[in-house]
Parts: sequence; C-alpha cells; structure tokens
Amino acid sequence: MGSFPDSTNIQVKMPAPADLREQDLIRRVQAGEKERFYELIKPYERRVYAAAFGVLRNEAEAEDAAQEAFLKALSHIRQFRSEARFSTWLIQIAVNEALMRRRKAHKEIMEPIGERQDDEGEYTPRDFADWREIPSEALERKEIREKLAAAVAALAEKYREVFLLRDVQHFSIEETAEALGISRASVKTRLLRARLMLRDLLAPGLGGAWLTRLPFEKGSKPW
Amino acid sequence: MVVNCEHVWREISNYLDNEVSLEMRQAMEAHLRICKNCTAVLNGTRNVVQVYGDGRLFELPAGFSRRLQRRLAQQSSSWIFDSARTFWILAVAAVAVIVGGVSLSNSSVFRQPDTRSLLAQFPHGIPASLMVVVSSEGRLFHVPGCKYLHRHDGESLQMMTAAEAMKEGYAPCPRCLRQYLSSRVECPRVRPGPEFSVTLPPMLTTDSGF
Repeated sequence: MGSFPDSTNIQVKMPAPADLREQDLIRRVQAGEKERFYELIKPYERRVYAAAFGVLRNEAEAEDAAQEAFLKALSHIRQFRSEARFSTWLIQIAVNEALMRRRKAHKEIMEPIGERQDDEGEYTPRDFADWREIPSEALERKEIREKLAAAVAALAEKYREVFLLRDVQHFSIEETAEALGISRASVKTRLLRARLMLRDLLAPGLGGAWLTRLPFEKGSKPW
Repeated sequence: MVVNCEHVWREISNYLDNEVSLEMRQAMEAHLRICKNCTAVLNGTRNVVQVYGDGRLFELPAGFSRRLQRRLAQQSSSWIFDSARTFWILAVAAVAVIVGGVSLSNSSVFRQPDTRSLLAQFPHGIPASLMVVVSSEGRLFHVPGCKYLHRHDGESLQMMTAAEAMKEGYAPCPRCLRQYLSSRVECPRVRPGPEFSVTLPPMLTTDSGF
C-alpha cells in the first residue's frame, strides 16, 4: 500500500521579500517609471563593474563599459523576461559590452599566465603546500583584495572570463557557457585550469605569509 | 574504481561543483584520505572558490555611483527631449501635409479646363424650367431645334425640363447650350432648383411659348 506524503512536510517555496520588491520595481520601470531604474540596479553595481573589469582589466574602461551596460539595460528593460534572473541578465549585457569593446580595441596585451596551455592539456599543480582557511576579516583588507584582483587579472583571457562568471558572479555552468558562447565542457575545463592556476598563484601568500606578515614590508613580494 | 593524483587534479573542480559521479566521488575521497598533496590541492582550490565568491573582491571606483546616476539622468532627459522633438516634427509635418494638400487641390494640376472635353464641363445657370429635348438613346439634352439633335432609327424624342433631363443623367449639348457650360471644373453635384432659375433668355423658357 502506497503512502501519501505528509502534508506537514510540503513546503511551498515563496519568493523572498527582496525578490518581490525587485519584481515590483522591474514592472514599474517597464511601465515607464524610468526614474526608479537606479533603485533597481543599485544592488548590482559592483557585480556589473566586476564583470566588465574581468574582461577589460582596466578601471576606466571597465567603468565606461559597465555604465554603458546599465544604459543599454534601461533601453531594453521591456525585453527582460522574468524567467531569467535580473542579475544574470544585467551581467550578460555587461560581459557582451566588454567583449565588444575589447574586440574593437584590438589590443596587444602581454600574454598572461596559461595562454600557451590549451584546454586539452593537463595542468599540474606547482605547489603542494597546504593552505589554511582564510579568515573572513582578511578580505576587508585592501591589500589582500588587490592581491586577489591582480592574480585573477594575470590569468589568460579565456580562463579569467570563465572564472569570473562562474566563481565571482555565481553563474551556473550553463549560464557561463551561454554568456561566452562556448560549450559546457569548455567551461568546465577552463574553470579547472583557472582555479588551479589561481591556487598556485595565491597559495604562498594566502597560505600564511600575507596573513601573518601584514602589513608587507616595503619592496617585499609575497609571490 | 581506483584513482591516482592526476585523476584527482583533473576532476577536482568538478568535485567541488558536484559534477562527478558517485563512483568517482567515492574513489577521489578514498585517494584524498591517503594523499596529502591532493588534499592540499583540494583545500587550496576550495579556498580560491570561497575567497573569490565572497563578493567583496572588486571595489567600485570612487564616484562610480554618482557618475552612473548622472548618465542615467542624461539619458532620461535626452529621451524627453527626443520625445518632444518627435512631437514637434510630427506636428509640423502634419501641418505641412494639410497645407500642401489644400494648395495642391487649388493648383492648376486639378484645374485644366482647356484640356477637358466640353462634355465634361459642369453646366451652371441653366434654367430649371427650360424645356429641352432628349433622345431615348442619346446622352445629351438639346434646345428644341438644335441641329445637332439626331434621332436614329427606333429612337424617340421626349420633351422635359432641363432639371428633369439632368436628373436623369443627360448632359447639356455643348453647342446649343454652350453659354451655360462652365470653363471651371467642379465636382458634379445636383444643385437645388432655385439656382437653375437665373438669367433666362426669354425665348428659351416655356413662358415664351416654346
């Protein structure tokens, strides 16, 4: 005899108040209340900027691309469908804007770490020192954040883009693949390399040196 | 399944993302229990994911929000300006179309009396009570005695007033009723009776004994 699920265990997932507020704001802006657009995008300013910075690696260009992305989002707000997350939609616009600017610029950038390694090859970790957990307050320190940003900026383009969307912007593998126009398998391969390369770059510093010897002495190079 | 260090490194990212099979997960965990190097790599990679996923990594440049708000405001005001400009352009265009249409309708393009047939000219001033003759198969009405009134075989002539003839669709003969034909072209329309009763030549009215 089959059993019925206990009705007390059935939980209806209700949207969080913040989500409801966001949905309400989206509807209002779509209906013409453009002056409320900034209120809608304010929580995503930093993420959109980070997405643009991840591609362009230049503060001024990233700001311009991010702001252009917001303007485009405002212009096309009626095209947004609630099936997608608003943050994902915004960040995709920013990534597209940044990629387009980079293509236009035809920049000759110094070949960063990992550029010569193709997706198919194996990546062997260089450092096997264990890395203890980083205390959360360490991230409050500007110098730590700068080291982390510099490390990710040192990655080759194709790894950096995947890493930033997946691990910084928290895109799913599918969303990352769609945003960059690559396969799911490529996302996974590039992500593996990006994570391992970053680990190699950061392990000596975040493994203890940066956390115990801060502030750094003048001229010291932890990595 | 037994895995070595290279297998673990290859799958370590998928392991963190729960993208490996149960069998692979168990095999990796068995390996990690005995391999310090792979454990160090796993911990370090997990730390990378956690550190960068924290959300505090990228700081906005100073003044970013203020500059963004200014650009948004500029765009909004430019939309308003564009809307107003579009409104005025449309309004001016509409006026231009109306004025142009009126001018065109009064222009010589639509007033070419010399090129039109006499038959197409609109009669005016024909006395409504003027007695005229029509042929049953003809299209014109004539003053009795008009030499251009021809009766073919089988046709019959009929007398009626000019008003009746026009009501039945007959046009005035351009010869005998030439004086009533306008050099202006107007839209044909049935005029009320009194307009027909102007300047009657006495000899052409019924009163004259015609």
